[in-house]
Amino acid sequence: MKKISLPLSKHMVKDLKAGDSVLISGTILTARDCAHKRLFELLNCGKPLPFDLKDAVIYYAGPCPAKPDQPSGSCGPTTSARMDSFAPKLLNLGLGAIIGKGEMSDEVKKAVKDNCAVYFAAIGGAGALYADAIKKSECIAFADLLSEAVYKLEVVDFPAVVAYDCYGGSIY
Amino acid sequence: MRKINTRTIENKIYEMALHAGVNLTASCQVALEKAYENETEGAAKFALKTLCTNAEIANEKQMPVCQDTGMAVVIFEIGQEVFLEGKPLKTAINDAVRRAYADGYFRKSICDPITRKNTADNTPAAVHTEICEGDKIKITYLPKGFGSENMSRLYMLKPAQGVEGIINAIVETVKLAGSRPCPPVYVGVGIGGSFDTCAYLAKKAITRDIGTHNERADIAEIEKTALEKINGLNIGCQGFHGRTTALGVSCEWAPTHIAGLPVAVNIQCHCVRCEKEIL
Repeated sequence: MKKISLPLSKHMVKDLKAGDSVLISGTILTARDCAHKRLFELLNCGKPLPFDLKDAVIYYAGPCPAKPDQPSGSCGPTTSARMDSFAPKLLNLGLGAIIGKGEMSDEVKKAVKDNCAVYFAAIGGAGALYADAIKKSECIAFADLLSEAVYKLEVVDFPAVVAYDCYGGSIY
Repeated sequence: MRKINTRTIENKIYEMALHAGVNLTASCQVALEKAYENETEGAAKFALKTLCTNAEIANEKQMPVCQDTGMAVVIFEIGQEVFLEGKPLKTAINDAVRRAYADGYFRKSICDPITRKNTADNTPAAVHTEICEGDKIKITYLPKGFGSENMSRLYMLKPAQGVEGIINAIVETVKLAGSRPCPPVYVGVGIGGSFDTCAYLAKKAITRDIGTHNERADIAEIEKTALEKINGLNIGCQGFHGRTTALGVSCEWAPTHIAGLPVAVNIQCHCVRCEKEIL
């Protein structure tokens, strides 16, 4: 099991192969369907995004609300394929890694390779276990989207598997 | 005539919704543990272990098993000797769902299909009612996640395609879904009826306990054959390859038209959450 501290360096990315189990620690940002639509509206108007995309890690997820004594509610990955049309452009703009679940398109796989990025598959349906790995959660954009807003998460030992590596390899 | 106040139904659904959000069904837990023991593939075994641990954490912390706490699907089988009094049934159901999703800290996932604006309280529920014999009400509550719902399909086969066509449709649906619906999946199949009732039968099929079989031997045979073929696809847990792509296949049937053979395949992920109560 490889331990990964974010932000990812290209050196670290090159050390990851499809099928490797990893534990991720650091800052990741949630964004799913509606948040992506908003991000692209901003990009298409030439407006700045609410966070720096360079080397960022986007987690395709929409958490449950947190109970008062918990940093986060249940927060597992959602199906990545719904973000197929968005991912290549964000990777080309500097996004360092994606976390989600399930196969993505060949275009995404190519963009991961071309940009020396990585796609991690989290374990779908393990929302309670992932909530345990989240130590802090803060909404940083599109709060009106509720669970679909962008949340900045601080995670420790977040389990995942390398799905697409920077060499064009895939676990699927 | 037996009188039941819809307030009683509301309180029952509230309890069922709260329990379903944080607990897998017993048959699902058993099936996942068995899949873990049978698995040999490294990543798939790791994923299955993670899912078993997740179910324990969810139960211990009373936290949703999966963040997709679903669309609330409620099936009522109402005895025709029951008289419902009090607020309208649909209002009672939606009031129960609204309260449970707030009190349980569940995700609110229901939105307008065009504007995508969230209703912010997970209502309305998808409600089905059947009128039956007797003076009881059977309530089945199923919070349905959409990663798997999205991978469901409806086929209008030709009668000539027969049993082979039915099995091919089931296996093809799981194959096309691949890693996306959170395999290992539980496959609900409707056979026969009309376009609409066939889909409803498929939904009802996933409310059955995993491992149970249809009373009709020929239909049970379809369930067994389809499951064997699906587990030969080598999709595996999360698409990481391996022995278990589906935990089970359940089929429900109804007579159909001489010109048709509808087959609906409703995919349920490995987070099977389903409650049943009789009032």
